[in-house]
Amino acid sequence: MKKRSPTLRKAKNLLALLSAGLSAAIGIFFLIWILWEITDKGISSINWEFFTELPTPPGEPGGGLGNAILGSVIITLIATLLGVPIGVLAGTYLAEFGHGKFGGLIRFITNTFVSAPSIVVGVFVYAIMVVPMKNFSGLAGGVSLGIIMLPVVTRTTEEILRLVPVGLREAALALGAPYWKMIVSIVYRAARTGMITGIILAVARVSGETAPLLFTALNSPYWPSGLTEPMANLTVTIFNYAMSPYEDWQAKAWGGAFLITIAILALNIFSRFLAQRGTKG
Amino acid sequence: MPRPSKRRSNDIIEVLFQFLTRFSGSFILILLLIMLASLTWEAWPAIKKFGLRFLISTEWDPVLGNFGALTTILGTLISTALAMLIAVPLAIGVAIFLTELAPQPLRPILGTAIELLAAIPSIIYGMWGLFTLAPVLSEYIQPWMTEHLGFIPLFDGPPMGVGMFTAGLVLSIMILPFMASVIRDCFLMTPQVLKESAYGLGATTWEVIKDVVLPYGKRGVIGGLFLGLGRALGETMAVTFVIGNAHELSWSLFDPANTIASTLANEFTEASDPIYLAALIELALVLFLITFVILGLAEWWLYSANAGGRKS
Repeated sequence: MKKRSPTLRKAKNLLALLSAGLSAAIGIFFLIWILWEITDKGISSINWEFFTELPTPPGEPGGGLGNAILGSVIITLIATLLGVPIGVLAGTYLAEFGHGKFGGLIRFITNTFVSAPSIVVGVFVYAIMVVPMKNFSGLAGGVSLGIIMLPVVTRTTEEILRLVPVGLREAALALGAPYWKMIVSIVYRAARTGMITGIILAVARVSGETAPLLFTALNSPYWPSGLTEPMANLTVTIFNYAMSPYEDWQAKAWGGAFLITIAILALNIFSRFLAQRGTKG
Repeated sequence: MPRPSKRRSNDIIEVLFQFLTRFSGSFILILLLIMLASLTWEAWPAIKKFGLRFLISTEWDPVLGNFGALTTILGTLISTALAMLIAVPLAIGVAIFLTELAPQPLRPILGTAIELLAAIPSIIYGMWGLFTLAPVLSEYIQPWMTEHLGFIPLFDGPPMGVGMFTAGLVLSIMILPFMASVIRDCFLMTPQVLKESAYGLGATTWEVIKDVVLPYGKRGVIGGLFLGLGRALGETMAVTFVIGNAHELSWSLFDPANTIASTLANEFTEASDPIYLAALIELALVLFLITFVILGLAEWWLYSANAGGRKS
């Protein structure tokens, strides 16, 4: 065996650990910088009017992003209504029935889809909904976010259902419960907290998406008036306002950015809290 | 014993339930096929007109209706490569710090913080890049780099703050928390006994990481890096803000450039000409295929990592 000098080994060790510490410091520095900027520039725009008023033209003081906030909530709601039921059922299929080759294929596509570029989903929904309906619409925005949500929900549902002990299922089946009843009233109930956590995380994930809304929901300066009309939403408004040359619009964009960051972090922390409570009790 | 009628209704529900789950499971496959078909259909005028020339031409002229994807494809690949070059070593460093170096009580807190940061939407990174990072870069960093490294054509250019360099930097900061948390999870799977044995033989911390932890989690780490790569390739908002949007190839990283995603974000709603729109949709198709192949490879890699090798 080759003999290595202890001093050299110690020096190497020190160097490697120093660079690990340094990279952690660099990473943490940038991330704190980003959070600081968002809070510093965004928090001053947040007031009551920000939530309740329509945006004003550039140069006019006051106004808010009430329509965009409401629109984002509506679009996310549509996405949840579409993505969650199909996603939960698809996850159930993968966990309970999909053990063969076909299940493997579906699992493979789902996992790949999770990180597929969201802007392509926007283009796709533009092609199948906006073109035939000849109109940008809040509904199209909801559908594109729903498509992004679907694989996320499918994957977490499968992971959670697999954690339910086989013994529970066998006990239910041994009592004569039909398969569907075993799944609905035993497996779903045992996995309830985990499934809810997964769904909240999926909602948080899509509510920050901008790219798929650019050519589906578009944007609008008015209150949402119907699902087949272009619909104001927070993320596209942030994009448009931030890119505008007007300082008061840019300030609103920072306010929106702050709001959405807080909302998403809160959803994430809430889901963690739920998950932790679930494992304890 | 249930009554016969109840039994029959149970049977019906059973069949229905199985059908519903099976259909929902197949839905994602159907969706993928429809997506490929409809994107190809909408892009067909451009595919027919430009053929394979689309992939190797650098021309992008909406007025004359001549389109080529090379500038944006290269832009996508270069910005991603730049981001990976910066983010991969940092992510591994952060993961080492989180699993081996940080004070024991801080580890779960910092780990959670990193995971939370990975959830921040990309538009935030883009905005921060445009308003905060770009001015700093154009004021201090880029002039300095041109002065000292300007003999390399890559760093010789106008210090505008927006451009390929800034895009790569913002992308790297965006994928850093995600990759770091995936790598950290892999590192945590190394059995404690293995590490303790290595320490017992007199190995230093670095030797334990290099010879025990990294080889043990190798496949998972590489899979995680690929997932980060997939994210960077398809990222729109973090890039669109800061890349400067120019359909030109340039040696300098400081010059404005373009990626497929940023081109789509900027030009899609302005494309009035049918052939313009078709060319943009063909770009989307190209991006979809690139990411799907790369993510598919990563998925296959992770799958074989779980199937063979270690037992969990």
